[in-house]
Amino acid sequence: MPPTVQALPPLLVAVPLVVAAVLAASGRVLPRLVIDAASMLSCLLVLGSSVVLLAATGSRRVVSWLGGYSPVDGSSVGVVFVVDRIGAGLATLIAALVAAALTYTWRYFDEVESYFHVLVLLFLAGMVGFALTGDLFNAFVFFELMGAVAYALTGYKIEEAKPLQGALNFAVINSLGAYCSLLGIGLIYGRTGELGFAQIQRALIGQSTDWLVLVGIALVFTGFLVKGAAVPLHFWLADAHAVAPSPVCVLFSGVMVELGLYGVARTWSAAFWPVLPAERLRPVLMAAGVVTAVVGAAMCLAQSHLKRLLAFSTVGHVGMFLIALGALEPAAIGGLSIYVVGHAAVKGALFLCSGVVLNARGSVDEAELHGQCRNLPVTRICFLLGGLALAALPPFGTWLGKTLAEDGLSHGGFDWAEYLLIGVSAITGGAVLRAGARIFLGAGTPPDTEGDTRGSEEQPETTYHLGKIPVTMLVPVVALLAGGLTLGLVPGLPTLAHDAASQLLDHTGYAAAALDGVSAVPSPAPTESWTLSGLLLGVLSVLLALVVAATGLYLHRFRRLFSQVPPVVTLPFRALRTAHSGHLGDYVVWLLIGMTLLTIGLAIT
Amino acid sequence: MTTLPYLVAGWLFLVGCYGLVTSHNLVHTVACLTVAQSATYVLLLAVGFRAGATAPVFADVPVGTRVVDPVVQALSLTDIVVAATVTAVLLALTIQIYKRHGTVNPDELRTLQD
Repeated sequence: MPPTVQALPPLLVAVPLVVAAVLAASGRVLPRLVIDAASMLSCLLVLGSSVVLLAATGSRRVVSWLGGYSPVDGSSVGVVFVVDRIGAGLATLIAALVAAALTYTWRYFDEVESYFHVLVLLFLAGMVGFALTGDLFNAFVFFELMGAVAYALTGYKIEEAKPLQGALNFAVINSLGAYCSLLGIGLIYGRTGELGFAQIQRALIGQSTDWLVLVGIALVFTGFLVKGAAVPLHFWLADAHAVAPSPVCVLFSGVMVELGLYGVARTWSAAFWPVLPAERLRPVLMAAGVVTAVVGAAMCLAQSHLKRLLAFSTVGHVGMFLIALGALEPAAIGGLSIYVVGHAAVKGALFLCSGVVLNARGSVDEAELHGQCRNLPVTRICFLLGGLALAALPPFGTWLGKTLAEDGLSHGGFDWAEYLLIGVSAITGGAVLRAGARIFLGAGTPPDTEGDTRGSEEQPETTYHLGKIPVTMLVPVVALLAGGLTLGLVPGLPTLAHDAASQLLDHTGYAAAALDGVSAVPSPAPTESWTLSGLLLGVLSVLLALVVAATGLYLHRFRRLFSQVPPVVTLPFRALRTAHSGHLGDYVVWLLIGMTLLTIGLAIT
Repeated sequence: MTTLPYLVAGWLFLVGCYGLVTSHNLVHTVACLTVAQSATYVLLLAVGFRAGATAPVFADVPVGTRVVDPVVQALSLTDIVVAATVTAVLLALTIQIYKRHGTVNPDELRTLQD
C-alpha cells in the first residue's frame, strides 16, 4: 500500500484541528476574508483527501496505526484508523456538507466572528474522526468532541432566549447519553481487556453471551442512539434544530444524526457481533425504527415552525434508516447508504431555504408567512422541489436509495416495511410541500396554531433584512439539490453501495485488515439496480405526498362533513405533543426509559 | 475483587439522573450531570483495580511488579477533560439563560413547548 494513502486518515482529523486552533488564536486580528478562505481551504483539503480515500477503498481497507504501533502477531498497544468504503463515503459527505455550510455562511451572518469557523472546523474534525476510527474509546472521544462543539453551535446566537434553552436541552441529554456509552465501554473493557473494535471482536469470539457484556453493549448503543434520535431518545433534536443557525442544521440533520446510527452499525459489525447475533439485534432495531418513523411523521404533520417541521421529518427518516439498517443485509444497507446521502443533500437544501426565508422575511412560521414569499423565485422552486425529493421523487438520490432499501427489505422477508417507508416519506414530504405551498404560493388558508412553538418570534440571523438574496446563499442550495439529483443518475452506484455495505458487514475481514495486515477486499459483484415497480412506487409516494399536502391545505373546507373528530383520533396526537414539553427533566426520564427498553430488548430477544 | 465499587458507580449514575429529573435550578442540574459522570470514573478505576498492586509508574519499581491497569486511568483523565469542557459550556449557557429568561428554574423555561 502506498504510504501516502495510509497517512491520509489521521491528516483528515489533524488538518481541521490545527487550522481551528490557529484561527482561534489569531481570529481577532485576521480579516474576515482570510478566516473564510483558510477554513474553506482546509475543508476542501479534507474533501479532496476523502475522495482519494474513497477511490482507494475500492480494492482494500486503508489501515493506519498512529505512531507506527503496528500490530505484532495480531496484537498492538496502538490506536488505529480503519477506513472502508462506508467510512470514506461518510467523510466525503461530511466535508461536502461543511463546504456548503461555509459557503452559505459567507454572507449569512453579517457579524460572524472567527468563532463560528473555529467551531465548524472542530465539528468537521470530530465527525470525520468518528467515521474513520477503529477504536472504541477514540470513537467516544470524537463523539464527545462533535457533541461539545454542536452544543456551542446550537447556542451560537447567545443573546437570544430560545437558542439557549435548545442548546441546554441538547447538551444535557447528549452528554448523559455519552456517559452511558462510556459506562458501557468500561464494562466491555473490563470483560475483554481491549478497546480496538477488531481486538474486542477476537476477544468475544467463542465466549458465551453474558449479561455484563450485553448491558455494556446496550449502554454503548444508548449513547449512539441518543445522537441518532431514535424515539424516545429524540427529544433534543427538534429543540436543537429549531434554534440552531440554518447552516448548522444542515450538518446536524444531514450527517451528525446519521453518524449515531453508523456508530451502532460499525461497533456491532466490527466488535460486538460474536455475542449479539443478527437475529437478536434485528428486532430491536426494527421496533425502534417503526416507532421512530411513526412518531416523526405524526409530529412533522403537526408543526407550523418550518425548522421544527424539517427536524421532525428527520426523525421520521431516521426511523426509516433504522428499519433498513435493522435488516443487517448488504442489499438494504447499500440502499440505505445512498438514501442517507440523498437525504442529506435534500434536507440540507431545505434547511438553507428556510434560512433564506428567515433572513428575507424575519420569520419561519408557516401561518405568518402565508403567501409572503412569492417573490423569492429561486428559493421557491428549490423548496418545492426539495419537498418532492423528500417524498422520493425519481430520479433523486432519495428515491434510488429508498427503492433499493425497499427491495432489500422485501427480499429479506420484511414486506410490511415497504408500505411503512412509502407512507412515512409521503407524509414528511407532504408536510414540507404543504408548508411550501402556503409560504411560496399562498395556497390554502393560514392554519390555526394557538399555543405552539411558533416560528414568528425568531430573530433573523442578519441584522438587516436582505433586499436581494446574496448569490453565496443560493449557490449551496442549488448545488445540494443538484447533487441529490445527480446521485440518482450515477450509473453503477447501486453496485458500489452494495459492495460498501458488504464491507461494512464483513466482520472477519475488518479484523484481518486491522490486525493481520490482510487489507484486500473482494471485487464487487454486479447487483440489481432499480426496477420498474420501484419507479412506480416512487411516483406513488410523490402522489401520496401531494394528497397529504392538499389535505393539510384544504381540510377546513370539509370540516362540516366531520362535525366532530372522535377523541380516539385526536388523543394520541395530543399526548404526543404534550410529551414534547421542552422540559429537561422529562427528557431525562425518557432517556432512562429508552435505555431500559433497549437493555430489555437486547436481553429477551 | 469486591462488587462495592460497581454498586457505587450505579448509585452515582442513578442519583445523578434523579437530580436531573427533579432539579429546580440549572446550576444544580449541571452539578447533577457531573455527579452522574462521576459514576464513569468510579467504574473505570474499579475495572482496572488489582489487589496488592501499585501505581503504574515504572521509574522506581523493579520489573515485574504488579501494577493497576494504566489504560483506564488514561481513560478517566480524558473523561475528566471532557467533563470540564462540557461543564464550562453548560455553566456559560446557564448564565446567559439567567440574563435572557430571568430565571434558572427549568420548570419556568417554556419557549420550546410543542
